[in-house]
Parts: sequence; structure tokens; C-alpha cells
Amino acid sequence: MIELRNVYKIYPMGDTEVHALDGVSLRVAAGEFVAIVGRSGSGKSTCMNIIGCLDVPTAGQYFLQGVDVSRMEENELALVRNRMLGFVFQQYNLIPNLNILENVELPLLYAGYGSAERHKAARTALKRLGLGDKLRHRPAQLSGGQQQRAAIARALAGNPPIILADEPTGALDSRTGREMLRYLQSLYQEGHTVILITHDNTIAAMAQRVVRLEDGKIVYDGPADRYSALAVFLEDSGPEEAQQ
Amino acid sequence: MKVWQSFSLALKSLALSKMRAILTMLGIIIGVAAVIIIISLGDGIQDYVNESFQGMGANLVAVTIKGRNSSRNIAEEDMYHLAAENADCFSGVSPAVSVYGATVKAGNQTFEDTTVTGVSETYGAIRNAVAETGRFLQYVDVARQRKVCVIGTYLERELFNGDALGKTLKINGMSYQIVGILEEKAGSTSYGDDNQVLIPYPNAMKINGSSQIDTYYFSAVEGQSARAKQMIENRLYRTYEDSDAFFVMTMDEVLNTYNKMAGTIQTVLTAIAAISLLVGGIGIMNIMLVSVTERTREIGIRKAVGARRRDIMGQFVIEAATTSAVGGSIGIIVGIIGSVLIGSAFDIQATPSVKAVAISFVVSVTIGIVFGFLPANKAAKLHPIDALRHE
Ligand SMILES: Nc1ncnc2c1ncn2[C@@H]1O[C@H](COP(=O)(O)OP(=O)(O)O)[C@@H](O)[C@H]1O
Ligand SMILES: [Mg+2]
Repeated sequence: MIELRNVYKIYPMGDTEVHALDGVSLRVAAGEFVAIVGRSGSGKSTCMNIIGCLDVPTAGQYFLQGVDVSRMEENELALVRNRMLGFVFQQYNLIPNLNILENVELPLLYAGYGSAERHKAARTALKRLGLGDKLRHRPAQLSGGQQQRAAIARALAGNPPIILADEPTGALDSRTGREMLRYLQSLYQEGHTVILITHDNTIAAMAQRVVRLEDGKIVYDGPADRYSALAVFLEDSGPEEAQQ
Repeated sequence: MKVWQSFSLALKSLALSKMRAILTMLGIIIGVAAVIIIISLGDGIQDYVNESFQGMGANLVAVTIKGRNSSRNIAEEDMYHLAAENADCFSGVSPAVSVYGATVKAGNQTFEDTTVTGVSETYGAIRNAVAETGRFLQYVDVARQRKVCVIGTYLERELFNGDALGKTLKINGMSYQIVGILEEKAGSTSYGDDNQVLIPYPNAMKINGSSQIDTYYFSAVEGQSARAKQMIENRLYRTYEDSDAFFVMTMDEVLNTYNKMAGTIQTVLTAIAAISLLVGGIGIMNIMLVSVTERTREIGIRKAVGARRRDIMGQFVIEAATTSAVGGSIGIIVGIIGSVLIGSAFDIQATPSVKAVAISFVVSVTIGIVFGFLPANKAAKLHPIDALRHE
């Protein structure tokens, strides 16, 4: 379903270049639950942005369901994002002056749903995440965990096949974080392809497969249980520093 | 439906920070209000003037004779003949002899600013001077030089407490009997046609001690003003052989000249007011640019969930248009209230026309769209990743 072929993302930095992705090749089949791990600055977010069609690679190709999206123009990418992808960000990224219901309706609005359909789908998604009684609340009136649940509701409202989550637990306490992960796991069990970005190896262990990035290169790609055993050796220096 | 959402979103964000909204819309509010006030006051003044002209007789042709230093002079009979022989063109003629420095007295009151004019019995029809009570001057009054007069409503009220018919007043010491009161013409004020006395013209000539008649009023048949003017000029030229010796003016000409001038003034004033609409548009653009920067992250989120360029573009253009439409509506209300208040202060019927209101509204919305375009384009062009990363 997802296939990156020798993908580079290069940012010019003064005289030198930063290779945020340095020849990444990756295949993810439909229905997989993949965790992308790595230290801060290793290129995880860059990778997710490309998979999420928010950004295009400097070189290499990206096939989504067999279609090369790496050369698509902006409006086509917008359509792909709308139909194929649901995002969950570390900072929730809800629009502050819309209520929760309107926020969740947003992807459906751009998909051209009528208002009745939109309400119904958004309400269903919010109920599922336990926010059925908070529809008219503004994001600022909710706790971090509730906001992130609203963000998950927004990601699944249009029922896209792929859910991308970039450090979804990063701003939450560990208990609330685990709750988010259970929602992501249940989406995986329903057949969504879930890609979870994290710097936390114990969180990565909840996935089915782990991909580890270092300096823009894949250094491990395999089952999660095997990664857990290897993690001690892959982490050459103590505990991970804080991520942004 | 996206239009509706953008519209209600725009209204919400206006309501959210009212001070900022008012300041954003101020230019539009002032511009629209000014345009409406200028147009409705201008129209009101024009209506008032045109009505006054109608009141003076729309088909009036005024002839002023300056004469020459010679004894050559046109006789009043010649003027009567001219009118009588060209009945297809003229419907009447009357001399008008102003009595200079006349004093009007009744009881112990003296008026020195009252207009006293000597006219013939046809003057009433020519100048729309109708006797409301009593009668107008008649042929016998003029032929026999009877000491009778008709007066305006201002005099009747001031000198006779509203009951003047049959009473007498003194013009330069001579007693005149009041045989008629003229219809009110200019609100019974001292500076209009309601402060006048009309007497037979031979009497006026005698008071002046002159055999000259310096003014004639003709009334032309409807649509014949220009021809009438030409005919009078030809006739006078035969006598005076000098086109500077007389001056013929039709009410049509005066009205046209006035309307043209008033129209120009109104256009210029409206254009000046419209500049503030332009400034208002720039104000909206300014705030929209700030708003786009403030809401960069929102734009990134919208793009991430599938908004295309034109969705973002539409959202911000609608927001700008909504802002200026709300400003325009407030301006319309201010303009209507302002027109009525200023109009009543100057005693002018200033009714804001539907046209003025509609045009200002359309113009203000258009300004919003035009000046919203640049900020909207800036928003639409943002790269989703850059927008999402924005703090
Ligand atoms: N827009 C950018 N301009 C320049 N360098 C960037 C940009 N985005 C990311 N980078 C660099 O690319 C590398 C990878 O970044 P990122 O993908 O955000 O890492 P991670 O999410 O794993 O922390 C980092 O060195 C970062 O500084
Ligand atoms: Mg990151």
C-alpha cells in the first residue's frame, strides 16, 4: 500500500545540506501497524510528512496504492490527504475558534459531504472516543487527553485507510498516553493501516513492526518483539532526550 | 455550504474582538455613510430647487432690458403684440416693475425689505402666483391704476395677524387696499416670495418716476421656451440693434445650468467620499494580512485535512467580503440616520434612495473581495508543512 523507493529529503543549510532522509526505502502493507522510532532529529517527522503527502521528497519515489505521489501537484496531494489519510499530531492541532464537532467535520467538509452526513459521521466518531457530550466545546475547554481524542476522531471521521500519528502521546501523561495507544490499536484491529511515530521504545513495542531511523537512514526494520530485545544494543547512549 | 461556513466563521471572529472589528471596518463605515449622506442631501436639495423653479413657472422666460443711452425704447404694447401674434409659442406676458426702496406700512409697523412689484393681471398665471383668498389683480385695476394690491402670506401674518383681506397698507405713504392673499410659496419667511406686494404696474412706474419697464415675464407654451427666447431676442434687436441692451433667460436654461452644476458638485463630493472607501479597503487588507499570519497554523491544519488552495482562498476572500459587508451595512444605517438628521437641520427632505444604498453595499462588498484577494492568496499559497510548524 505504501512504498518509499530510495527517498531523500535534503534541506540546504547555508553552505552545507541536511539530509533529513538519506535514501529511505520502505514498504508498508495494508493493515499493518508500524512504529517508526529514532532519536530527535533522526528524520521521523520528515518521513511521516512525506508518507502523509504534506511534503514531497527531494529525490526518490513514493507510491501510494501503486500511484506515484512524489510528483503530484498541490491540489492532487490535497485530495489524497483528504481521502486516504488521517493525521494525529503531538500538539493536537485543533482549530481554536471552532468547536469540537466543527473540527471533526473539517475533513468531511473538504470532501464535499452535505451538512447532515457531516454531522452524523463526526458525531459517531466523537461518541466512539467518549466525547459525545462535548460536541459544542472549544478545544481550550478540554483537557489534553480529550483534545487528542478529538484529534483521533477527526483522523477517523472520513474513514481513511491510513492513520498517521506523530508522537501522539508526547504531550500527555503516561496513563492518558496509553489510552491513546489503545485507540490506535483498535483502529489497527479494524483494518486501518496505522503508522505511529515515537521515540519511546516501550510504546514502539505495542506495534506489530518497528522501523528505526538514524540520521535519515533505516537501521532496523522488523517485528516489534525482536526490536524490543535488540533495543538495548541499538541505543548506544543512555535514555532518550526529550523530543519536540 | 463551505461558503456558509466561511461566512459564519467570519461573523464569529468579528464578534470575538469587537474593537478590532470596528477599527477594521471604520474606513468602510465612514465611506459608505458619507456617500449616502452626500447623495441623499444632494438629491434633496435638487428636488427642493426644482420644485421652487416649478413654483416660479417652469415655462417662464424672463426679459431684462438695460436699454441704451438713446431715447429708443420698446413699448409695452410691442411686447403684448409679440405674445398675441405668436400664440403657438407664448401663453402670456406681463411687465414687472420693481419699486426700489419701497416702505410698506400698516398700523405702526414698517417693513423695508418687502419686495413691491408692479405687474399686470396676467402675471399671476405666468408666475404661478395664485390668490388663495380674495382675488388677483384684474384688468380694470391695471387700466384704471387702482390703488389695490395682493400680498404674500408672510405680510398677512406679520402685519395683520393672518386676516388682511379688505384692509389697507401704505406703500411709500400711499394707501392700497388688499384685495387678495397669495398662496404660500416659501414657508412664509421674510426672505422669500411670501414677503411681497403686487400692485398694478402703471402705479409702480409712477412711484419710481420713470417711464421705463426694465423686466418682462413671458410664459412659453410647453416645450417652446427656446423658440420663444429666440423670437423675443429678434424682436428686441430690431428696436435696440444691440444684443447687449437686453437679456433673455428661460427657466429651462436656468434649471439645466443649475442641475448640471449641482450634479458636478455631487459627483466631486461623492468621489472624495469614495476615497475613504478605498482607504477602508486598504484597512481591511491590512488586518486580513495580520489575520493570515496569526492563523498560519489553522491554514496548515486545514490543508492537512484536505483543503485545496481555492478552499483557503475562498475562506479568506469571503471573510474579507463579510467584514466589509458588515461595515457597509453599519455605514448604511449611519448614512440613513445622518441624512435624515442633517436634512431636517437644514429643512431639506433628504430621503436616502434605494439606489444609493444598493450601490454603497455592492461597492463595499466588492472592495472587500478586491482587497481580500492579496491576503487570501498569501494564505492559499502557504506550504502545509511550513504552516503547521508555525508557532
Ligand atoms: N524545514 C527544515 N529546514 C531545515 N532543516 C530541517 C527542516 N525540517 C527538518 N529539518 C532537519 O531535518 C532533520 C530531521 O528532522 P525531523 O524529521 O523533524 O526529525 P525528528 O522528527 O525525528 O525529530 C533534523 O536535523 C532537522 O533539523
Ligand atoms: Mg518530530
